[in-house]
Amino acid sequence: MTFPTAPAPHVVAHDSVGRVMRIVIYALLPTVALHVVFFGAGLLVQIVLGAATALISEALALRLRRKPLEPFLKDGSAIVTAMLLALCLPPLAPWWLVVSGTAFAVLLAKHLYGGLGANPFNPAMVGYAVLLVSFPVQLLQWLPPAGMDIEHVKLSIGETIQAILTGSLPSRLTWDAVTSPTPLDALRTNLKMGMTMAEAQAAPIFGTLGGRGWEWINVATLAGGLALLQLRIIRWHIPVAMLSAIVVCASLMYMIDPGTYAGPIFHLTSGASVLGAFFIATDPISAATSDRGRLIYGAGIGVLTYVIRTWGGYPDGVAFAVLLMNLSVPLIDRYTIPRIYGHAR
Amino acid sequence: MTARELLAGGLRIEAHKQRSTKAPIRAASLVERYVIPLDQHSGLPAVPLVKPADRVRMWQPIAQPAPGISAWLHAPVSGEVIAIEPRPAPHRMGAPTLSIVIANDGRDERFDNAAAIVSFEQISPNEACEHIARGGIVGLGGAAFPTANKLESSLCENGPQLLLNGAECEPYISCDEVLMRERAEDIVFGARALLHALCSPNCTIAIEDDVPEAQAALRQAVDKAADPRVRIKVVPAIYPAGGERQLIATVFDAEVPHDGLPADIGVVCQNVGTAAAIARWIRDGQPLVSRIVTVTGDGVREAGNWETRIGTPFSSLIADCGGYTERMSRLIMGGSMMGTSLSHDDLPVVKATNCIIAASALDLQPRGLEMPCIRCGNCSQVCPAFLLPQQLHWYLQPFDGGQLARHGLLDCIECGCCDYVCPSQIPLVERFREAKPLLTRELDAHLSAHAARARFLARNERLARLEAEHRAKLAEKRRPKNEPTS
Amino acid sequence: MITALVTIVVLAALAGVASVATAGAPREISLADRIDALLPQTQCRRCTFEGCRPYAEAIARGAADINQCPPGGERTAKALAGLMGVEPKPVGKEFGVVPDHPAVAFIEEDACIGCTKCIQACPVDAIVGASRHMHTVIAADCTGCELCIPPCPVDCIVMRPAPAVAR
Ligand code: SF4
Ligand code: SF4
Ligand code: SF4
Ligand code: SF4
Repeated sequence: MTFPTAPAPHVVAHDSVGRVMRIVIYALLPTVALHVVFFGAGLLVQIVLGAATALISEALALRLRRKPLEPFLKDGSAIVTAMLLALCLPPLAPWWLVVSGTAFAVLLAKHLYGGLGANPFNPAMVGYAVLLVSFPVQLLQWLPPAGMDIEHVKLSIGETIQAILTGSLPSRLTWDAVTSPTPLDALRTNLKMGMTMAEAQAAPIFGTLGGRGWEWINVATLAGGLALLQLRIIRWHIPVAMLSAIVVCASLMYMIDPGTYAGPIFHLTSGASVLGAFFIATDPISAATSDRGRLIYGAGIGVLTYVIRTWGGYPDGVAFAVLLMNLSVPLIDRYTIPRIYGHAR
Repeated sequence: MTARELLAGGLRIEAHKQRSTKAPIRAASLVERYVIPLDQHSGLPAVPLVKPADRVRMWQPIAQPAPGISAWLHAPVSGEVIAIEPRPAPHRMGAPTLSIVIANDGRDERFDNAAAIVSFEQISPNEACEHIARGGIVGLGGAAFPTANKLESSLCENGPQLLLNGAECEPYISCDEVLMRERAEDIVFGARALLHALCSPNCTIAIEDDVPEAQAALRQAVDKAADPRVRIKVVPAIYPAGGERQLIATVFDAEVPHDGLPADIGVVCQNVGTAAAIARWIRDGQPLVSRIVTVTGDGVREAGNWETRIGTPFSSLIADCGGYTERMSRLIMGGSMMGTSLSHDDLPVVKATNCIIAASALDLQPRGLEMPCIRCGNCSQVCPAFLLPQQLHWYLQPFDGGQLARHGLLDCIECGCCDYVCPSQIPLVERFREAKPLLTRELDAHLSAHAARARFLARNERLARLEAEHRAKLAEKRRPKNEPTS
Repeated sequence: MITALVTIVVLAALAGVASVATAGAPREISLADRIDALLPQTQCRRCTFEGCRPYAEAIARGAADINQCPPGGERTAKALAGLMGVEPKPVGKEFGVVPDHPAVAFIEEDACIGCTKCIQACPVDAIVGASRHMHTVIAADCTGCELCIPPCPVDCIVMRPAPAVAR
């Protein structure tokens, strides 16, 4: 009787890239749901468009690179990229925005560098940065959140799709009536106009903690992120380092001059802080490697996010902060190789 | 804090020991022929003391150690030596190696070993070491390092601390667990003999927290011996807690230097099975001619632990277990994490055979398709050597010797933890195993280039100096001639 | 005002961190040292220089090309090209060829007349022996440069495969 042989270990855990990515997608669902509650079904349309573009681009790139299609299309990484990008876009943004951004992310930021596992930059953030630099106007046209006492225009699904695909609204509405800046953006503009912090935050789009609606979306994101932590898909180093860095910076500046700088709670609950900390910065492929490296990497993102938000030219800094820190990963990795067993420090 | 760092590495793997520990230790059936490979311990092969057609009696020495690191071998049965020839051996992955083949006459006539029985308190530590060597005792944890050689190299001024390894972390192996349950007294006896041979101040027996029955038995035996030097330490059941270096870190909170031995930090580690074997030799005169072998896996009808004479073919043990099931697919010697898979079962049990796994697809779960590394970091979280396997993997293709050395490829203990958790199903350990000799060669070349450069520069300097001296002498010679004219 | 202050403080802190991080870096390694580190140290002079170090200095001066070392082969040529920032190219045939497997010199002791000529030729002091007594090569120290072969008056030196490195 002869038996086939194989190298040790003979038993391995049943895990796959697909499972990891699927869990990330599920963990994003609460965020998506609340997003839809506050801003309408636009996001769903954007995700469908983005996911379709991502899969088509992925298939195209794989075909060009002569790689097997099935395992890579099934691994779910392209869909995660599409979802993260869609979450950063205004819900009624025109279709070509999400399509070109996702295609850019998958084709150039991912496959040009060698595909899954080899991209030095977070593809979704590359896509977003490219869109933000090229089409700033479209990207800043956010919607006012539903509920409370803000004037909010409710669009039906059909009207939403029509708005995204054709750019035309039902005749009863104008673009000016349905759009509003994001809280971070509004804050910046108001402060620029010489308002004090209290006056600036008096606008109805601000809630008790941060941006109205955004507060709850961020809580949902936090829940999803904690689930990822619990399932050991991500580890605590990057989120904790990034959020603490934001808190430290914001508290410092708030203590220096509460009239000009928003407090730490506002920064945590507005914009993409939480999404960035748990879902974007934790993308392992483009993050630093060792635990210590990840602490530095996360803290760097936090500081840069705060700096760009406060003094930079863009309303939210997460995307650029992530990309800048992606850039410094080789350096961080070089100086943070952990001590090996049996070697002196 | 090394202990905490160790907990950060390693894995909790679901144990598969219940099946094999249900029944007590049983004696394996006797067979007609026993095959004793001469190189079944680490170090040099033993030198035969018998020739074909010689009659041997049970427990008679049949091969003596070669000078250096080597061990004695003894006949497991009485009978006739029918050949000394290459036979396939499991520790050589089935390749043939010179072996003594003995035909069993079934009479189990004992060799007169009365002189072997000694009271170890009466002999000097050095004599005790020598005596242990004559029993053919080797480490029974899997590496089969000759015990006497280890003891000799560990002797130090005030005596090293003794660590008995009962932490059997491989998920399928249970031979040490049943040994501790049923023969705890042997272990304690052997421990005290080792304490004497090493002039060691104390002995720690490490046992995992998930084997309460073995713990209780061991506690009882320790209490009975009433020897204050022997203590028990419970360690968490984390793979690979039973790896020598990992166990030392857990128990003593100290690390073995990467280029050194446990003795360098005053510790000597032995397996509990080795201690029990020493007890049988010193107390009963029985050399190491049999050991407990776990036979388990979904590929055999009945699992169990068998007291097996060295040289028994695997196939006989499998037959004792009721034969293979239809699902049988892979034969493994050792554990599921670090064992070697073998292509057939016509191989003898050797001193290192702690476990035979007849694995079915249920045990194995086919590996998924290999995907690119997504740098998830699971592997570095579990690496007990605190390496970054994802970086090692990155620097393998293309091979970057400098970075591989910096990232500690040679410190990888091939435990398989990284492989186990990798979502991309990358066979990391296999790659690391293949790359190690390449890196060693590259580092050697580097070292010799360094030495050659030094000798070249030294030579140039010497030549320049000789040249200068020569010139000076010439000048000296010329000067007196010129003097009168000036 | 505060903005400017904070920016200055942050930048200063970053600069401080950067200087601390790079403080441990080794300083002042000459280009010739770095080239020399890439050369195989066979000292065989096939490159037309008096050894690896002189060749390294020549490259550093710009007086030699990067493709002159046969023992280093393609790997060394590539590494040198990388260091010097030039296009890699194959080792020039005119500099000779070396055997695929590492070899060391061996003196056939019965034939050796003890002339010491090979001792003088060996660039790395790998041959021992006294005048008119049999000489021998220390295999572990021999780089296989073959420089000892031509001077031998009785042709008793042969190249043999290098013994495996004992560990
Ligand atoms: S576990 Fe596998 S996929 Fe994850 S970082 Fe390690 S090698 Fe890469
Ligand atoms: S096999 Fe090597 S690299 Fe992998 S976990 Fe074990 S020691 Fe670390
Ligand atoms: S050719 Fe010979 S002497 Fe010249 S660099 Fe290469 S090994 Fe050194
Ligand atoms: S012994 Fe001969 S071949 Fe070896 S290094 Fe010396 S001169 Fe070169």
